[in-house]
Amino acid sequence: MAKKIDSQDSAGFIGWIDERFPLSSFIKNHLTEYYAPKNFNFWYLFGALALFVFVMQILTGIFLTMHYKPDAAQAFASVEYIMRDVSFGWLIRYMHSTGSSLFFVVIYLHMFKSLMYGSYQKPRELLWIFGVAIFLALMAEAFFGYLLPWGQMSYWGAQVIVNLFAAVPFIGPDLAEWVRGDYLISDATLNRFFAFHVIALPLALAGLILTHLIALHEVGSNNPDGVEIKNYKDKKTGIPLDGIPFHPYYTVKDLIGLTVFLIVFASIIFFAPEMGGYFLEANNFVPADPLVTPSHIAPVWYFTPFYSILRAVPPILNSQFPGVAAMGLSVLIFAFVPWLDKSPVRSIRYKGILYKKWLGAFVVSFIILGYLGTVPSTIWGQFPMILPLLGGSDVATVAARIFTIIYFSFFILMPIYSKKSITKPVPTRVTMK
Amino acid sequence: MANKSKKVSLDRRRFLVAATSVTGAIGATALGVPFVSSMLPSEKAKAAGASVQVDVSQVASGEVLTTEWRGQPVWILNRSDEMIKSLKSNPKKLADPNLNVSSQQPKYCQNKTRSIKPNILVIVGICTHLGCAPSPRLSPKGDMGENWEGGFFCPCHGSKFDLAGRVFKGSPAPTNLVVPPHKYLDENIIILGEDTKEKA
Repeated sequence: MAKKIDSQDSAGFIGWIDERFPLSSFIKNHLTEYYAPKNFNFWYLFGALALFVFVMQILTGIFLTMHYKPDAAQAFASVEYIMRDVSFGWLIRYMHSTGSSLFFVVIYLHMFKSLMYGSYQKPRELLWIFGVAIFLALMAEAFFGYLLPWGQMSYWGAQVIVNLFAAVPFIGPDLAEWVRGDYLISDATLNRFFAFHVIALPLALAGLILTHLIALHEVGSNNPDGVEIKNYKDKKTGIPLDGIPFHPYYTVKDLIGLTVFLIVFASIIFFAPEMGGYFLEANNFVPADPLVTPSHIAPVWYFTPFYSILRAVPPILNSQFPGVAAMGLSVLIFAFVPWLDKSPVRSIRYKGILYKKWLGAFVVSFIILGYLGTVPSTIWGQFPMILPLLGGSDVATVAARIFTIIYFSFFILMPIYSKKSITKPVPTRVTMK
Repeated sequence: MANKSKKVSLDRRRFLVAATSVTGAIGATALGVPFVSSMLPSEKAKAAGASVQVDVSQVASGEVLTTEWRGQPVWILNRSDEMIKSLKSNPKKLADPNLNVSSQQPKYCQNKTRSIKPNILVIVGICTHLGCAPSPRLSPKGDMGENWEGGFFCPCHGSKFDLAGRVFKGSPAPTNLVVPPHKYLDENIIILGEDTKEKA
C-alpha cells in the first residue's frame, strides 16, 4: 500500500489502461510484489478459502433468488420447486446450503489459527476486530437465511431467536415486535429477512471483508512463528528477507488447498447434503406451522455452542435476559482478545504449557457446548434425587454450565495466565518446520 | 487588524461548521424515522391482530378449546370443580404462586384462579421460555408422573404449568403463561384483545 509503483513501465494495451487506472500497480502491490512470510502452514489456507466460499455463496444465492418467492404462502413450495423442477436447482441449492455450513467450518478454523499464532496482537488489533465484525455479520446472514425455506425449524428457530430480543429489559417486547413487523413471525418477517439476507448483509459483509483485507495488507500477515518479517529487510531492495511474493507462491498453495476443499465440498453435496440433519434439519422439510411447535428445537450446528450458553444460564429474577446477555457476550468477547492477551510472545510455539492447556480447554468446551446445543437438555438424564444441590437437575444442563464457565474463563482469566505462562525464546527470523 | 479578523472568522467558521453538522444530524435522524417505523406492524397486520370473539358455552366442563388471536394459540379452558380445587394444592411447588410478575396477566385476573369467572381460564398457549407451544395435559398422573395434577407441558425444554398456567419451580420458563386482555360481552361471549380499560 505504502509503496508506489511507477505505472509508466508497461506499454501497449496495459500501458493505455495504466495511464487511466492503476491496474499494474494494484496487481504488483497486492499480488506479485506483496510479500508474505515464507513459513505459512496448513492453517493459513482458510482465509483464502473463506473468500472463495463467500463468492460462491453470492453466486449461488443470485441464482436461487431467480426462483425463490419470499412470501409466506409460497416460500416453502418455491424451495421444493427449485429442488424438483428447476434445471439443476437441487445442485445450486445444495451448494448454497452446504456452503453456509462450510463457511462456518472455514471461519472457525481461521479464527483458531489467529488464537494459536497470536495474529490479533499489536499491530493487528483492528484486523482482528474487523474479523470479529465479519463473524457477527456472517451469523446474522446465516440466521436470516435460515428463515427463508419457511419450514418448521426455520419458523420456530426464528421465533426463539426473535424472542431473545423480547428479553431485553424495558423495550424488549416492542423491540421484538419491530423486528418481526407483526405480532408473530409472519409474511412481514419473511419479507424483511429476505431483504436482509440478499442485500443488506451481503453488502455489509463485502465491505467488511474489504476493510479486513486493507488492514491485512497494511500490517502484513503474521506467521506461525509470530515474528515480524519486516524487521529484516534486504538493504538494497527493501524486501523482507523472509518474505515471498503472494503470487505465484501462495496463489498456487491456496489452489492446492482449494482442490482438497472442493473434494470435501463435492462429496457432501453429492452424497450427504443434509449431513444427517446437521446441515439441513429434518423438521425443516415440514412447512412452517405457527400453531404446532416441533418437539425439539435446535439451531443449525454452527450456532449451537452459543445456544448452549443461552440455555445453560438460568433465569434470574424472573428474567431470561441474563442468558441472552451471556450468549451475546460469548461472541462479542472475542473482540477484546488483543487486550486480554498479556503474553510477550505471539505464537503458541513459544507460549508456555499453561497457555496451551487453556486454549485446549477452550476448544474442548466449544465442541462439547456445540454438541449439547444440538440435543435436548434431558439427553443425559437427571442426577439422582439423593444428591445435595444437584439432585433432580439435568446432567446435560449442569455440564453445559461447567463448560460455559470454562469458555468464559479462557477469556476473563487470559490476562493472568498469559502473563504467568513461561515462554520460550523467540527466534529473530522465521523457521521452516 | 488582519490577525484579529482572521481570529473572528475562525470562530465564526467553527460555529457555522458545528451548526451545520448539528442541523444535518437532526435532519438525518428525522429521515431515519420513516424507515424505522416502516418496520413496525403495518395497518394490515394490526387489523389482523384485532380482537376476536369466542363463545365459551361451546366448551364443556373439563375441556379446552384452542382459538387463535394474533396468530397465537389461545386456550379457553372450562375448569371442573376438581380442577379448580387442584390449584390450591401446593403453592410451594410454583415459581410465582402469588402472581408477583404483573405483566403476565391483566389486573382483573390477578386472583387465585387467574380468570374473570373462576372456571373459565383464558390463556396464551405460548411458553414463556422461548416461545414454543406447550400442550394441555389436563388429566392427572398418566405419563406425566404420579404427582401430576393436570396442567400444561412444553415439549421443547420441559416446562410445566398448572391449570392456571402458573409455572412450576425447576422449569426453564421464568414466568407464568400470559393471560391475554379479554372481557365478557355477555354471559358466554368473550372478546379477546380488548378489555374495559385499554385496547390491546
